[in-house]
Amino acid sequence: MTSLPLLSVRDLVVEFQTGEGIVRAVNNVSFDIPQGKTIGIVGESGSGKSVTSLAVMGLLQKPAGKIPQGQILFEGQDLLKYNEDQMRKIRGNQISMIFQEPMTSLNPVFKVGEQIAEALRIHKNLSKKEAWEKAVHLMNQVGIPHPEISAHKFPHEMSGGQKQRVMIAMAISCEPKLLIADEPTTALDVTIQKQVLELLYKLQQEYRMSMMFITHDLGVIGDIADDVVVMYRSNVVEKNHASNIFMSAQHPYTKGLLACRPKLGANPKRLLTVSDFMTEDGQEKIVPSERVQVFDKESVIEKDEKVLLEVKDLVTQFPIKGGLFGRTVDHFKAVNGVSFQLKKGKTLGLVGESGCGKTTLGRTILRLVEPASGNIIYDGKDITHVYHEELRQLRRKMQIIFQDPYSSLNPRMTISDILTEPLNIHKIGGSRAEKLDMARELIEKVGLKSNQMSRYPHEFSGGQRQRICIARALMLKPEFVICDESVSALDVSIQAQVLNLLLDLQQEFGLTYVFISHDLSVVNFIADEVGVMYAGKIIEMDKASRIYKNATQEYTRSLLSAIPKGQTKQAPTLTV
Amino acid sequence: MTKYIIRRLLYMIPVLLGVSLIIFVLFNVVSGDPTAVLLGKNATVRQMADLREQLGLNKSLLSQYFDVVKSAFTFDFGYSWATKQEISHMIWQGAYPSLCLSVPAFVISTILSLLISLMVAYYRGKGIDLFVRIICIAGMSISALAYILFFQWFFAYKLGWFEISGFEPEFPAFISYVALPAVIWIVLSIGPDVRFFRTVILDEIYQDYVRTARAKGISEMTILFRHVLRNALIPIITYVVIQIPSLILGALLLENFFSIPGLGGMTLNALNSSDFPVMKAMAVMSSVGYILFGLLADILYTAADPRIKFK
Repeated sequence: MTSLPLLSVRDLVVEFQTGEGIVRAVNNVSFDIPQGKTIGIVGESGSGKSVTSLAVMGLLQKPAGKIPQGQILFEGQDLLKYNEDQMRKIRGNQISMIFQEPMTSLNPVFKVGEQIAEALRIHKNLSKKEAWEKAVHLMNQVGIPHPEISAHKFPHEMSGGQKQRVMIAMAISCEPKLLIADEPTTALDVTIQKQVLELLYKLQQEYRMSMMFITHDLGVIGDIADDVVVMYRSNVVEKNHASNIFMSAQHPYTKGLLACRPKLGANPKRLLTVSDFMTEDGQEKIVPSERVQVFDKESVIEKDEKVLLEVKDLVTQFPIKGGLFGRTVDHFKAVNGVSFQLKKGKTLGLVGESGCGKTTLGRTILRLVEPASGNIIYDGKDITHVYHEELRQLRRKMQIIFQDPYSSLNPRMTISDILTEPLNIHKIGGSRAEKLDMARELIEKVGLKSNQMSRYPHEFSGGQRQRICIARALMLKPEFVICDESVSALDVSIQAQVLNLLLDLQQEFGLTYVFISHDLSVVNFIADEVGVMYAGKIIEMDKASRIYKNATQEYTRSLLSAIPKGQTKQAPTLTV
Repeated sequence: MTKYIIRRLLYMIPVLLGVSLIIFVLFNVVSGDPTAVLLGKNATVRQMADLREQLGLNKSLLSQYFDVVKSAFTFDFGYSWATKQEISHMIWQGAYPSLCLSVPAFVISTILSLLISLMVAYYRGKGIDLFVRIICIAGMSISALAYILFFQWFFAYKLGWFEISGFEPEFPAFISYVALPAVIWIVLSIGPDVRFFRTVILDEIYQDYVRTARAKGISEMTILFRHVLRNALIPIITYVVIQIPSLILGALLLENFFSIPGLGGMTLNALNSSDFPVMKAMAVMSSVGYILFGLLADILYTAADPRIKFK
């Protein structure tokens, strides 16, 4: 006889009242979380997975969100029948939650120690002093160095990984029976992600908690989930033991999710996407054989292309101010003597963690930041010190695609305005009708419809917006594009589509890319050569096909080992 | 911190030089010959020349500019043309009645507005929120003159609760003189204050850290007063502190209608009688006030928000 599950969600329906009528965000969702087990809930943005977790916490936006049907049984009691006061005693005490954005999820004006102590004081009736001591103890437990000192820090004085540890300490402070983790590692670098996942797994074992782990990336939960629930468009499409999901997924959407993450060592020409497995209306389809072609990057015959970009001993520094009148007292070298060559039509991948100088390097190459010394030679011409008209001409040929498709599009401009603006600046394309034709052509190239061009950015999803950003960068027909973490903010399934698109466009227009990312598996897929950056320097550089096999630097190996394997803890390790 | 304050005070020097220059250009260069205004249309050339000599208008422009600069640092503004009194003394005298009216009115209206906006934020989207918003708009839409006339007629004349106008410096006698204008002040400022505070607080209420606080099981009241208010303080500090210099300078309209002998009334008289030295003095004083209270606001930020550090 099986014991009663800790949490049992039965036929849950969640609806939102919006301007355009009622939208069903969760449709007849049922699943169980047994005592001490971890359930992974997987799906893309908008699939209803976060809404489900907020419903469990009783934190749905009111009065817009309604639950017309279903039960959420926690230890046999239906939480939906609880009033606000009863729910408050459950929240943070019996069920607690960790959120995606450690940057904004902590209150910026309170010490982190206080924030951890707060839940203890409410639920456990501890005195101020006792709660603080317990908070310090918890910070030690989640691996924050010097907890006595760190407890006095404010959130902005900590790194993203440390903040997420604080969130975890806060969540486990009252020893909850259920921990809900909503994309807890998505905003973090891969190396930090690995540490946080290990920490969560360790704590779950120690505290014998049940865990509900929500993510868009199946690869992430392989190591910790016992069971996996796959959600797609508000519905549960597949439920099974993690090992079964990874070894023999049934639903085409699950298959697509498993296939779309780039894998080290396998070199497909293009990544498989969900749409290769499933039609628009959810019917399974046969994956065309040419889509699974793998090729050896090294066997590609090297055409003797000329060098398009050469960087020599480049240094970029930022002043450190001090003294009475804020004079510059020292410099911080964000880029510290970087050299490389990049041939036309090729892609250089730059990997490294936040703060290693990869973004500054990209911006310096584009002359958005002034270099302190060194040379940038583009197309045989030294561009380190060109200004005014010459620089403007150069900008036509060199473009950049930024990380965050949400904030890099002006919310008050329509797509057609956004796309034609670069043409206006550089006085290209004659009449407005001609410019619009050019924009229309490009927007279809990146996979959107030209009749959507009178819309505003907020009417598009994240992946669609990144396509718009790509189209904007390509409007001036550049030769050289820097992609600065251009797929990091996207769901894995969307990431695969955008990576494929970048490769298609490279082939069609002969583009040269510098691709900046913290994720080695992504860089390994898209780049011809990979440079690993650490503390402002490129510490290792090699062909993409070789670097994952013969990494010479310890740091590179640690980046490689941090990549989620996409395997289960029970399953035997698969050799690729 | 001390370093920062010293630096900010030193930055005042170029700012005050600039302010003095603008005031000097406006009054001594652009505005033409004040003697024609002071002596009327029947003045002889001789009389005008004598007066110019007497007022120091024959001095070189550079030395006149220097006088303005000096006044910005020493607060010695010379003598009024109209009353012949020492201006610094006049300001000193007028400040007291002005403050008797403005300080209580300002403190009460700010606290009241803050409480109302917190309440409205708590009940956001419900009937009471809508009701308060409508009242705010209605209150802002009615002219100050309408309030003044109605309040004077109803509370002072009909009910006889307060004095219609005038002022007495003794406490508690002055209360019956300043109560009506103070209430009108509060009524006038609650509308815009509540609307501003409400927006600031609602901006915060949808932040991620509020969701975290709810997930901890904290009650909505504690979230509002502890978490949200602390974060909303920064824009509120700017808004409130930057109003303080105008308290000292007095309320032009209210002081005039209630015959309170404050700085507002003094400025109005100076305007009517082309009393340039008094106008210059008030212009200089308000610049100094804004600079000093701007600095105060910046210092208060660091107390409210640990992310802001003096550089």
